[in-house]
Amino acid sequence: MTEIQPAIWKRFSKKQSLERYGIEFVLLLIFIWATQSVDIYWPFVTDAPAQAVDLLHRMTPPSVVFIKAIIPSMIETINIATLSTIFAVILSFPLAILNARNTTPHPIVQMVARVIIVTSRSVNELVWGLIFVVFFGPGVVAGVAALTMRSLGFMAKLVSESIEEIDHGQVEAMRATGANGAKVFIFGVLPQVMPIIIGTSIFRWDINIRQSSVIGLVGAGGIGILLTSSMNMFKWQNVSMILISIFVVVLAGEYVSATVRKKLT
Amino acid sequence: MSDTGASTVWKRDHFIKNPILRWIVILVGSAYLIYAINDMNFNLDRMRTGWPRAVDFFQRMFPPDYSRWTMIYKGVFESLQMAIIATTVSIFLAIPLSLAAAANISVKFVYVIARAFIVLARSFPPILVAIMFVKAFGFGPFPGILTLSFTALGFMGKLLAEAIENIDKGQVEAVRATGANWFKVQLYGVAPQVLPRYVGLSIYLLDINLRASTIIGIVGAGGIGGALFNAFHRYEYDTALAILIAIIVIVLVMEFISSKVRSRLQ
Repeated sequence: MTEIQPAIWKRFSKKQSLERYGIEFVLLLIFIWATQSVDIYWPFVTDAPAQAVDLLHRMTPPSVVFIKAIIPSMIETINIATLSTIFAVILSFPLAILNARNTTPHPIVQMVARVIIVTSRSVNELVWGLIFVVFFGPGVVAGVAALTMRSLGFMAKLVSESIEEIDHGQVEAMRATGANGAKVFIFGVLPQVMPIIIGTSIFRWDINIRQSSVIGLVGAGGIGILLTSSMNMFKWQNVSMILISIFVVVLAGEYVSATVRKKLT
Repeated sequence: MSDTGASTVWKRDHFIKNPILRWIVILVGSAYLIYAINDMNFNLDRMRTGWPRAVDFFQRMFPPDYSRWTMIYKGVFESLQMAIIATTVSIFLAIPLSLAAAANISVKFVYVIARAFIVLARSFPPILVAIMFVKAFGFGPFPGILTLSFTALGFMGKLLAEAIENIDKGQVEAVRATGANWFKVQLYGVAPQVLPRYVGLSIYLLDINLRASTIIGIVGAGGIGGALFNAFHRYEYDTALAILIAIIVIVLVMEFISSKVRSRLQ
């Protein structure tokens, strides 16, 4: 070797480290900008630990008898999650076909489908909840509609991506047998994307269990309504019991979802 | 050939092979569906009264009203600031947390505590955490930042701990063989292996936090969400639509940046 090695090993050359320091410096500046200009009321911050202890104190012990009110509300929550997942799966299916590059009938149709998917995905379920409460009035129906709308884009995006990645040979084999368009789809495309559809549905159901516990805050049904009313009445021991139940149900949902998905793959 | 004999008509395999199990699944499934849909109390009359309201709603939504542009602008910036601060806090705290939650590095006692924390932080939707923090600490971006940091820490801690658990042990042992102390082993043996994943996750986290920061304002935890909620409650649907569009735009821009950076990292 002609080059003289430095005595201490360094991972990056001088230019590389300068670049790295540059990026880090910019990130630091962004962070400083954010902390300096954010509108934080500092007495709240210094007071925070005391307030947290105070609230925890008021929340203990959780009111065990309140479970009687929680259970029906929790069943409603789970129903909202399940129904909205089912509706979203059904509705997302045509949307996914229209959106996938290889199955869309026309680029314009594909663009419309994409706009629907993007809107559905980027608007939070609480906002959908606000909108559907105006339509249907407060209650379960608004909640199911809100979660369906939110899940729709998520499902359609993942399913259409998997349609785009299918093996074309099977489609052509079907076509070679003289099958018509619908049959090509049912026997050539569908079997290939079915595992993805089922896996994604169960994953979405898991997410919806979590979210359905929240949408009650805007009046869209489920345990969230009970939570809001308990808070407004300062019944903190009921609140902590509700939080514990949500925690348990979410964990159970995650467990079911993980087990089923493991079995399928 | 199988003993079923060659039928002239080919049939697809059933998804669930066992016929008894298949019928149980179908029956239980449909029974549940009927019950759940009934339980929804879907009321056609209410839909009929709701329809004119829906039409009215849309008419009032268009065109979006940007007259209160400064309010939208301020809210969006606050959301952005909250997301940046919370992401920074959580990516730093995630380092000790994920080391504590990695089975191959941590000791049993610390491991259990760290994992319990991760499960707790991951299970609650951000909005729920935000309500509790708002009740405890008052309104504004401060409880919002706490919320985002807490939930993000659970997410980051879990994925980073999994990455650490999957590292190549050889490199760690090679560094240890040089006589390096514990910190140096982590720094030169573990860190380089998970660094790309760490950077990728950090950017993804910013993306997630920005999404959440636009919404937790609904319960008073700062950001653009508060303005949106107020607009809905004052029936100013045109302003609400303007805010919604602003949210969609920044969420999409962030998603675009995040996916670009992450695909460059790989």
